Amino acid sequence: MLNKQLWKLGPLIALIFILVFFWAADYTWGQGQFLSWRNFRVITNSAALIAVPAFGMTIIIISGGIDLSAGTALTLCGTTLALMLKHAPNAAIDAAAASSTVDFSLWIALTLLLMMATGAACGLINGALISATKVVPFIVTLGTMTIYLGIGQILAGESTVYAPKENIPDWLSLCYTGRIADNYLIPPVNLFGSEIGFKIPSSVFITLILAASAGVLMRHTVFGRNVFALGSSESTARLCGINAPLTIVSVYTLAGFFVAIGGLLYFADVKNGNPSDGTGKELEIIAAVVLGGGSLSGGRGSIIGTMIGALIITVIRSGCGLLSIPNTYTLIIIGCIIIIAVVVDQLRHGSPEWFFRLISRKSSRYS
Amino acid sequence: MAHTLLQMKDICKRFGPTVALDRVSLDVTAGEVLALIGENGAGKSTLLKVLSGAHRADSGHIAIEGATYRPRGPLDARKAGIAMIYQELNLAPDLSVEDNLLLGQKGTGIGSLFRQQQRQRVVETLQTVGLGSLDPTAIVGEQSVATQQLIEVSRALISNAKLILFDEPTSSLPQKDVAQLFEIISRLKKSNIGIVYISHFLEEVRNVADGYQVLRDGQAVGGGRISEVTDSEIISLMVGRDVEDLYPKIPHTPGATRLRAKSVRGYHSKQPATFEVCAGEIFGIAGLVGSGRTELVRTLFGLDHLVQGSIEIDGQVVSGSVKNRMKLGLGMLSEDRKHEGLAQELPIIENATMGSLRRYQKRLLLNLGERDRSALELIEKVEVKAHSGYQNVSELSGGNQQKVAIARILHQDAKVLMMDEPTKGIDVGTKAEIYRMMGELAAQGKTVIFVSSYLPELLSVCDRIGVMARGNLREIREASDWTEDSIMAVATNSER
Repeated sequence: MLNKQLWKLGPLIALIFILVFFWAADYTWGQGQFLSWRNFRVITNSAALIAVPAFGMTIIIISGGIDLSAGTALTLCGTTLALMLKHAPNAAIDAAAASSTVDFSLWIALTLLLMMATGAACGLINGALISATKVVPFIVTLGTMTIYLGIGQILAGESTVYAPKENIPDWLSLCYTGRIADNYLIPPVNLFGSEIGFKIPSSVFITLILAASAGVLMRHTVFGRNVFALGSSESTARLCGINAPLTIVSVYTLAGFFVAIGGLLYFADVKNGNPSDGTGKELEIIAAVVLGGGSLSGGRGSIIGTMIGALIITVIRSGCGLLSIPNTYTLIIIGCIIIIAVVVDQLRHGSPEWFFRLISRKSSRYS
Repeated sequence: MAHTLLQMKDICKRFGPTVALDRVSLDVTAGEVLALIGENGAGKSTLLKVLSGAHRADSGHIAIEGATYRPRGPLDARKAGIAMIYQELNLAPDLSVEDNLLLGQKGTGIGSLFRQQQRQRVVETLQTVGLGSLDPTAIVGEQSVATQQLIEVSRALISNAKLILFDEPTSSLPQKDVAQLFEIISRLKKSNIGIVYISHFLEEVRNVADGYQVLRDGQAVGGGRISEVTDSEIISLMVGRDVEDLYPKIPHTPGATRLRAKSVRGYHSKQPATFEVCAGEIFGIAGLVGSGRTELVRTLFGLDHLVQGSIEIDGQVVSGSVKNRMKLGLGMLSEDRKHEGLAQELPIIENATMGSLRRYQKRLLLNLGERDRSALELIEKVEVKAHSGYQNVSELSGGNQQKVAIARILHQDAKVLMMDEPTKGIDVGTKAEIYRMMGELAAQGKTVIFVSSYLPELLSVCDRIGVMARGNLREIREASDWTEDSIMAVATNSER
C-alpha cells in the first residue's frame, strides 16, 4: 500500500496537477493570463469566499454532521450587514444624522456585532435542534435552510438591499479587493525602477488567520479532539465521558461565526445583500470540505485540506473562464472532480472489493 | 458410504508481506463436522474467504467431490454447493422469510405464479431446521437472532448445499438456542451434509464436532479426531506453547469496602441490585445474556439513568454525568468493542487517551508530544501489537483492540474498573494476558468488576461472584463456593 503520509497530500497533489494543467492549456490555447497577479487575486478572493464558511463546515463534518443552511445563513448575515449600513447615520450624506446621538463608527461596531450574532444564532438553532430532537442534521438543516432564506427575504422586503457607497467603510471594501484606488493593504515597493508588489487581497489574510486558529483549535485543544471522537463514534465518545449534546451545540454555533465572516466577505464582494444569493452556496462549501479529504461519515477532515479544496474549485472555474469554456461545462467538470475525489478517497480507506482484487491479482502474479 | 466432500491442498495466500495462509491442507467428509480452531488472526476467516471466492488463493488446489473448484465469487460457491453462515447474518431484514429463502433461486422470477409450488418447498425446509411453526410470510427482521440463524441454515438447504460453513455461530446466541442449533447440526449430518464449524469455545467444539483442525499463524498445525485429544493439547496447539497458566494466580487481598451500591435500579433495569465491592478485589457478575448485567454496569457508570438507589465510592456519593463519575474513579469497558468500546477509525493513541485529555492542557492548548509519549508507554505496557501508535484501531485484531480499550481505563487511572465481557471474541493467549492484568490491578488495590457469560473464567479469576437473573442480582458468594452447575441453577431458575 502507498504511504499514509503521502495519501494525506492527495488534495495538494490534485491542486498542483490542476494548476499545471490550466497553466499549460492557457499557455497553448489561451492568452497567457492564468499566471498573472490579477488572476491570482481573482482566484484567492473567490476561494476565500468559499473557504471561510467551509472552515465551519469542516468542523461540523468532522463531528459527523452537516449543515445545509450554511448558504442561506451566510446571505442572511450579509443582508443584515447591508440593511444596517443602509440605515447608518452618516453625516456626509444625511444632514439629519449630524444631530443623531449615535456616532457612525459606533453604529458600524454595532453592525458587526449584530452580524456575528446573526451567524451564531443560526448555528445555535441548528445545534440545539439537532441535539434536542435527535433528528439527523441533514433534515434539521434542510428545514432551517429555507427558514433562514425566508427570514432574509422578510428583512430585505423581498428584494435586494443596496447600501449607499458613502456608508461602506474603506476597510470593508479592503476586506475583499485588497485595494481601493491605489490604496493597498501591503503597498508595492519600488525596486530598480519597477514596481514589485504583492497586491494581496485582505481576504487572503483573513482566511489564513482563520485557518490557523481553526487548525489549532481542532488539533491542539480538548474541544477539537472531542469533536473528532464524537464524529468517529458517538457512543464511544459518550462512554469516555464527553458531553455530546454540548459539543454538538458548540460545533454548530462556532460554525455560525465562520458563516458570519463569510457573509462579511460576500457583502464586501457584491456590496449589496440579496438573501436568495445563498441558495446553492452550501453545496459549494460542502464540496470544498469533501475535496479536502473530509468524510461525510464523520471523524475525518482537515482545515488545510478544506482550504485546498476551495482553491481547487476556484482554480477550475477561473481556468475554464480563461479558456472560454462555457459556464455550463465548468459545472460538469467540477462535478466530475468531486466524484473522482471521493472515489479516490474511498480507495485509501477500506478499499472497495474490485480495487482490492486488482491489487491482489497483481501481487500474486509477481510474487 | 462416507466420502471426501471437500479437499483443500497446500493453499497459500499472501497479503503484501503478511502470509495469511501457508500451505494449509484439510479434508471434509460428508456427514461429518470438522471443527476449525485457532486464535484470532490464525487464518480461519481467510480460509473461509478463499472457499467462498471472496479471495483467490495464490497457490494450491481445491476439489469438491473430486472436481477442481476455483471460485470467482459467491455465486460459484453456491453453484458448487457451498453455503456460509457468518457471525453477522446475511439476510434481508425487511423481506419475509419466504422471500429470503427464495432469493436468487431458480424459478422464482415471475412472482406469484410459482409461489404456491414454492411454498411447499419453503415449509418443508423450515421444518427440517425446526422452524415448522414459523409463518413463511413473517418479516425476518422481527425474528430473534437464533431464528434468523436457522433461517439462514434453511436458505443453505433450499439451495441444495452439500457443505455448510459456520463462522462462530454461537457467539451471539443464548444458551438454550445453542442446544437447538447443535441438534439441527446433528440432523444435517445425518442427511450427509459436510460441515465446517469455526469456534473459540472448546466445550462447544467437543459437543458438536467429529474431527478438528488447528490453525496457527496461517499454518495447519494439527488435526484428527476430537475424541482422541484433550483440551489442553488443543490449546497448546493453538498458542504454540503450554498454557497451564491460562488463569495466572496473582496474589491479592481484598481491603476496605470501596463501592457501595444500594438498591440501584437504572432506566433499563427491571429490579434493584444491592452489593458491595472492596478495594483489591475482583468481583464477578454472572448470568445469562439479557439477565440485566450490562444494564447494571451501565447504570453504575451513568450511561443509563439512575431511577432509584444510591452509589458510593469510598464514602462519596456518585451521581451526575459520566464525566463526573470518571472523576470519582469509575471506569468502564464496553461489551460492544466494535461500536461503542472504540472509535474504529481513529488511531490507537487517540483511543487510548480519549476523554481524559485535560491533564495535557497547558494554557488552553494541548501538549500533543507529551500525550503521545504517555499513551505509547501505556500501549507498550499492555503489549498492544501494532506497527505504530498512529495506526487506526480498525486495523488491529480483536485481542489487540481490547487491549487498547483497557489501556484507556488505565490511562484514566480508574479505581473501579468495570469490564463487561472483556474476553468476548478474543484468542486464548490474549485472554490469559487480560486475566493477569486483572490480577495485577487487584494487587495494586484497584477494584475490578468482571461481567462474563463464560463461567470457567469467572470461577478461576474472581474472588466473589454474584449471579443475576431476570434483572435481579440474586446471590453473592465466594467464588470457591460456586460451581458451574450451581451458578447455572441460580441463573436459569425462573421461580424467584
